[in-house]
Amino acid sequence: MTVDRPSRAESDPRAARNKLSPVAERWKSFSQTRFGSVVARAFSTNAAWILVLLVVLMWLFNFLAPGKFLTEFNVRTMAVNVAVLLVIAVGETFVMATGGIDLSVGYVMLFAGVTSAQTMNWGGRNPTDSGWDVVLLGLAVALGSGLAWGILNGILVAKAKVPALIATLGTLGMAWGFAEILSNGQDIRYIPSIIGDMGSARYFLDKIPLVVIVASIVAIAGAVVLSFTRFGRYTLAIGSNQEAARRAGINVDWHLIKVYAMSGTLAGFAAFMSLAIFTTTTISGHANDNLQAIAAVVIGGTSLVGGIATVVGTTIGVCIPMVLFSGFTILGYQSFWRDVAVGAVLILAVYTDQLRRRRRERR
Amino acid sequence: MADPLLQARGIFKSYGHVEALRGCDFEVYPNEIVALIGDNGAGKSTLIKILAGTEQADEGEIFLEGQRIHVSSPFEAMQLGIETVYQDLALAPDLDGAANLYLGREIMRPGLLGKLGFLDNRAMRTGARKAFGELGVDLQNAQSAVANLSGGQRQSVAVARSVAWASKVVFLDEPTAALGVIQTARVLETVKRIRDRGIAAVLISHNMRQVLEIADRIEVLRLGRRVARFDRRGVTIEQLVSAMTGGVAEEGAA
Repeated sequence: MTVDRPSRAESDPRAARNKLSPVAERWKSFSQTRFGSVVARAFSTNAAWILVLLVVLMWLFNFLAPGKFLTEFNVRTMAVNVAVLLVIAVGETFVMATGGIDLSVGYVMLFAGVTSAQTMNWGGRNPTDSGWDVVLLGLAVALGSGLAWGILNGILVAKAKVPALIATLGTLGMAWGFAEILSNGQDIRYIPSIIGDMGSARYFLDKIPLVVIVASIVAIAGAVVLSFTRFGRYTLAIGSNQEAARRAGINVDWHLIKVYAMSGTLAGFAAFMSLAIFTTTTISGHANDNLQAIAAVVIGGTSLVGGIATVVGTTIGVCIPMVLFSGFTILGYQSFWRDVAVGAVLILAVYTDQLRRRRRERR
Repeated sequence: MADPLLQARGIFKSYGHVEALRGCDFEVYPNEIVALIGDNGAGKSTLIKILAGTEQADEGEIFLEGQRIHVSSPFEAMQLGIETVYQDLALAPDLDGAANLYLGREIMRPGLLGKLGFLDNRAMRTGARKAFGELGVDLQNAQSAVANLSGGQRQSVAVARSVAWASKVVFLDEPTAALGVIQTARVLETVKRIRDRGIAAVLISHNMRQVLEIADRIEVLRLGRRVARFDRRGVTIEQLVSAMTGGVAEEGAA
């Protein structure tokens, strides 16, 4: 086989170096097409690479444990376990897009779960046979509790100018403490059966759990709001350059309060979903929810300093730890390997974000 | 001469023990380019910030078209038709050029979607292409984040943003500081075009030759006060430098 090489490339080594390889050439012309530019732009973000990682991991576990990992049962179990976390991670994505952080989400969720369950158990009555009125009241209390903590976070960050890390660390402790005080540290195990039924309900040929559908709707709504609405635009603008946003006439303080309020409200909603899935308050089960949500957001390509964020990335970022957990468990390794792997992926995600920023600043 | 479009009288401003402005006066007339010059620390940037609403004067009065105004925020200044190109650009680097141009003044989708808060990105992109085209800025990838642009292009985005929205006065704080020869010429061309549209432009610059090339009038600040005013015709760089460094008597002091 002979290779047709332009003679100029041989005589001029610089021309040869500048000449793209055939693959790169084809990629370049592809990236100039309409579809190609979308693909090229997608791969300039972390989300696309993280998706590749997720697919590779799933393929790998399926290869190592054929017929065990990608079964309908296992995929459904993973999806249910991810659903609650996804809802808080969507709110966390907006907070981190503004350059802030919300450490309190897991414990706000705990608090909202306790207040909601206690409202439904009001006066010591057993609510198992309660009707929709009690259920809706419980939902309202869960959402309201989350909203209240979110507004408090927002005011502390936007108005009192307490750094988000400390403000939400403070409300984390308070929400946790109040939840333990209110419940005496005892799980509330009586939940209206309507809620429990919702938690185990499945649709679409009895295959897709309701909680997964609901979490997906929340994620899609979050993605649309972040990418296509003024609310999302302001969120990213504030994270990108708060002073520029202020000078452009955006009411930055008010917007920040709204973003934290949204994160809190979603944590309240996640609490209700958790009640539906576990039919108890699971007081001791939320120790790592906040860190898991933050890890998911960061793995998904949201910048730690704000301004860059996608809900799609967050969704993938939520799935990766779950896949690792399930995969290691099925393969018979200790599930703690997941924590090791997630830690490594987290560092890698932040490192690539730093690299990208540094490259950009050099221009 | 016509009445001033924008006038500042007796502006005082101090930061702690530092007196940035000590009874500063300043005037801008319609349809002119006025250069505001002075040595470092003369108070140029402070004066601009006060007139643009990012800082509040301790004392003094501001008049727009003869009406006394209080500019307590940049937003109020913008609503009065006063725009500013800041030295530090004040762009959101992670957003694209169109998003920056329309930041705070987004075009919404028509109908229900717009009421729900949906952006009309296509309309904004079209508008941005037009606005940048008028400045001779070629943004090859309009969807690229501003951070990916060169310094000159970024500057052009910032200038385009102010020019697009100003109806009365544009302040430009060192608009060509980071630019190459060609972009500088373009920005100066833009400043002239601002004037031709009936808007006054206030230019802060350290480049005396540039000032003489483009300004209709020159006001000189020194130690927080206006010390001299010149018509461009007949003034030399030596005279300007001498006024900046205290070689001439203070205005009104004699």
